[in-house]
Amino acid sequence: MVCLIRESDINETMSSTTTTVEPITLISAVRPAEGPWLRAWRQFIRQRSAIIGLVIISLLAFTAIFAPLIAPYGPTDVLLGKVEGIKKRAAPCIHLFGCPADQPQHLMGVDGNFRDLFSRVIYGARLSLLIGFVTVTISVVIGVVLGAVAGFVGGWVDNIIMRVLDVVLAFPFLLLAIAIVSVLGPGLMNAMLGIAIVSIPAYARVIRASVLSAREEEYVLAARTIGLGPLGMLFGHILPNAISPLIVQATLGIGTAIIEVAALSFLGLGAQPPTPEWGSMLSAERNQVFTAPHLVFFPGLAIMLTVLGFNLLGDGLRDALDPRLKR
Amino acid sequence: MLRYTIRRLIVAVPVLFGVMVVTFFLVRMIPGDPCTAQLGEKATEAICAKFNADKGLDKPIPVQFGIYIRDVLQGDLGTSIRFNRPVTQLVAERLPVTLELGFFALLLACAVGVPLGIIAALRRNSAVDVATMVGSNIGVSMPVFWLGLMLAYIFALLLKDTPFQLPPSGRLTAGVTSVPFYVVWGWEVDLKSGLGQVLQFFANMYLFNSLITFQWEVFWDALRHLILPAMALGTIPMAIIARMTRSSMLEVLGRDYVRTARAKGLADVVVTIRHALRNALLPVVTIIGLQLGTIFSGAVLTETIFNLAGVGRILYDAISTRDYPIIQGFTLTIAFSYVMVNLLVDLSYGLLDPRIRY
Repeated sequence: MVCLIRESDINETMSSTTTTVEPITLISAVRPAEGPWLRAWRQFIRQRSAIIGLVIISLLAFTAIFAPLIAPYGPTDVLLGKVEGIKKRAAPCIHLFGCPADQPQHLMGVDGNFRDLFSRVIYGARLSLLIGFVTVTISVVIGVVLGAVAGFVGGWVDNIIMRVLDVVLAFPFLLLAIAIVSVLGPGLMNAMLGIAIVSIPAYARVIRASVLSAREEEYVLAARTIGLGPLGMLFGHILPNAISPLIVQATLGIGTAIIEVAALSFLGLGAQPPTPEWGSMLSAERNQVFTAPHLVFFPGLAIMLTVLGFNLLGDGLRDALDPRLKR
Repeated sequence: MLRYTIRRLIVAVPVLFGVMVVTFFLVRMIPGDPCTAQLGEKATEAICAKFNADKGLDKPIPVQFGIYIRDVLQGDLGTSIRFNRPVTQLVAERLPVTLELGFFALLLACAVGVPLGIIAALRRNSAVDVATMVGSNIGVSMPVFWLGLMLAYIFALLLKDTPFQLPPSGRLTAGVTSVPFYVVWGWEVDLKSGLGQVLQFFANMYLFNSLITFQWEVFWDALRHLILPAMALGTIPMAIIARMTRSSMLEVLGRDYVRTARAKGLADVVVTIRHALRNALLPVVTIIGLQLGTIFSGAVLTETIFNLAGVGRILYDAISTRDYPIIQGFTLTIAFSYVMVNLLVDLSYGLLDPRIRY
């Protein structure tokens, strides 16, 4: 196969996930040797589902960045008296699809407070991406530290950390998050924190497992014999080897985090009205599902597509980064 | 096997103790006290002092914790502050609702997910395979609360007056009652006793109760009420099970012994079921066990949407009313069932794969 990717391409796409890109050196006249990241990228773009995931996420990011340009109204603008002929909980009206031109156009209809649902859903993309990334970052940071310490130090430290994490796992995910948010008080920040805390064990376990297997490797032994300290070993040799399962886990985790924070908002514990958060938008209109189903349908669809995007991306990354699955 | 079981149960003790510690202190960290939460504006200092003394909430926290541990060891989960009834009684009343829902949801998930996974693996890259994989990707991405509401809209409103119309809330239609089997059979039972609560527990599983007492009308009604919540709750596990079955089957179908079985002329069905499926089921069973968490978490949302008085609902309400004994008792019950199901899953490996011995 002809290699169509330049090094600069790889740098661009991969720089967010790694700091070192294997320099491409010519070892034969036919084709350049492949670094692990290049190989992973090739595997990745070969999969249709991964590409679809990437496209969904890119569209979402685009929507989030340019929300003010895409949305016809502000997310919290009450349009009563501002737009002529607006009706409470009006069904979607799209001129292109035969909605009379004398009625105001609302792609996803109007909500119970005379706000344009489409604008709210568009602005919701900002919040959801933020929620996903912040939540996962918090739990990854804590999880990596706990997992690395447990795996690296071992002994009773390992035992205590893992038993505490077992206790966290013995609770149903959402119920523990509900309890934590009750302690901290309802609100979007606390909902994210609650979900982040509950997700820690997954990351800690991934890292611990990688650390345990890497600890016995010869290259780590070699590093130790040349006098490398434990921290240098951990960050220089062990963690880089644990990075690919972590990336996969984190990507899938973003989808889960978005869904779970939305669930908390749905229960009234997360984002509070009038914040344009998809879960709380759905919750506000859930008793109207029989009379105005579009107000429930569109925010939920937005959640589903976002989560689908991250899930496809995560699966694609897993297939690309796991050398055992090489075709 | 017995030794293995005992060892697992012993290992579970510290985890359950940890659950007790975490819940006990976590609920007491929730701002606001039970008295204000229960009595609202009537809660003056004098009334609350009496209220707390009645419920034993005036004692120092460590003493309360000691009493809690002592009671649990004696099988007493305390008395609900809000309902003024023993928590064990409430567990006997509410847990069956969630168990029935969860069991039915998992049954649905397996009944659809496993065959789909098998067919997808057998007809790799066919339309069925692609549809299954696309469907399962969408399925795992679906928010339970959204799916539930949409299902309610479709089956209760859009399909109204068709044979597919399904009720969107409650467990039984008004007017239909499920007569407990011990009443049908004329048993004299003291419902406050331990045995009475166990009997109530089973009688509160309406499907089971109406099935063994031949109350077909009740059975049909309860089943119809269960379908929508079970579909909402079962979709994510279904998607995960289908995917797992497919990949596990694909791996097994490539093995030498499957080729040997085919080579010696066994029918395709026999090879698929007896040789491939049985070996492929091992990881699937693990995944099914792990879905219990999804089920209990999803139950909070499903029970909210479909108006079911189950474990998820009572726990959610208890957190907002600061009903400490209910939160503690139900969380412990859930954690305990977690441990038990995971143990059963591990033991079932031995049945599926005779090479595994404990």
